[in-house]
Amino acid sequence: MREREDEWTGLMRSAISGESTAYHRLLKAVTPVLRAAARRGLTRAGQPVDQSEDIVQDILLAVHLKRHTWDVSAPFAPWLFAIARNKLIDALRRRGRRVFVNIDDFAEVLPGEAPVETASAGEVAAQLASLPARQRDVLQSIAVESASIKDTAAKLAMSEGAVRVALHRGLTSLTAKLREQ
Amino acid sequence: MDTDQLIKTLAADNAHRARPVGFALMLALMAAAPVSLLMFFTELGIRPDVMTAMRNPFFDLKFAVTLALAIAAIAVSLHLSRPEASLRGFGWLLLIPAGLLTAGIGGEMMMPQRVPMMTRLMGNNSRMCMTAIPLLSLPILAGALIGLRHGAPARPALAGAIAGMLSAGLAATLYASHCTDDSPLFVATWYTLSTALVTAIGALAGSKLLRF
Repeated sequence: MREREDEWTGLMRSAISGESTAYHRLLKAVTPVLRAAARRGLTRAGQPVDQSEDIVQDILLAVHLKRHTWDVSAPFAPWLFAIARNKLIDALRRRGRRVFVNIDDFAEVLPGEAPVETASAGEVAAQLASLPARQRDVLQSIAVESASIKDTAAKLAMSEGAVRVALHRGLTSLTAKLREQ
Repeated sequence: MDTDQLIKTLAADNAHRARPVGFALMLALMAAAPVSLLMFFTELGIRPDVMTAMRNPFFDLKFAVTLALAIAAIAVSLHLSRPEASLRGFGWLLLIPAGLLTAGIGGEMMMPQRVPMMTRLMGNNSRMCMTAIPLLSLPILAGALIGLRHGAPARPALAGAIAGMLSAGLAATLYASHCTDDSPLFVATWYTLSTALVTAIGALAGSKLLRF
């Protein structure tokens, strides 16, 4: 447990200093833990667990957009779990339940818990359609077609800088739409 | 979009660097301050006898109290903009202005007074104080909330309440230079009531605006 969290902290530090591969690895590494916690939260609230992936994506977006509030000299896990807990509570409330989420839900992945495959998530995809055309095209190209920023720029006849701006704006407005729904 | 695709997209945006919350808050406050200053100088202005007043320690104490409130609230706001933070370890900062005020009241009690206590407490400007401080703090509160939206507070209403204290502290600093009531009893009553009002507005607005 301790080792895992130290590894996360190290990866996040590299990510902040500009290593996108470290960032990618970190997000991959935390996702199963977030997923298990989301499923547990939904189960406890008597909600179907098939919505867990929407919550996971919501958490990942918040982690991304708020990562500047993480203090690089502090361990990463408490910050991550605080964000995740906040988003999980929000999601459960939106579904009409008032529940308490235990912070320990995130800290431990129960031994015998079967790893869950990526389930379908509908909310992000649905909001994607309502974004301005530019942002939607850029997100579509990078997310669904796995194109790089450079390829996307060439394909959409935009500068790389404009692609970066549209990408970030797109993620920000997606998050805002998810919050308001 | 499945989660792997989302992760890939977020990693592609890794180069984007957001400014620290403190920087965003400072910019927003600097943008809001001129509005309050304009309101202050067109409607109220500094009291004419300010040069004499400055020799009165109780006049000066008003600024110590209001600035201590503003600075403490800024520090607490920035602390609370981190999701894992709580008031523990930081909340006591907000007691500094209260402590200064209590010391001031004690000091005044020990001095011979020409005016009875209740008269000093009621002063001449209580209604103006209760109107001016909240109105002057509204532009600052709006700025503070815009700046703090950059953060990720776990308790948005609490963060909004502290933003309310911050803006009331700054607004009261302006108002204190206009008001001719210098008794710490007056400050403890009317400034506190005004601050409580702005704090409540901040909590309400924060619970909506500071969610992330």
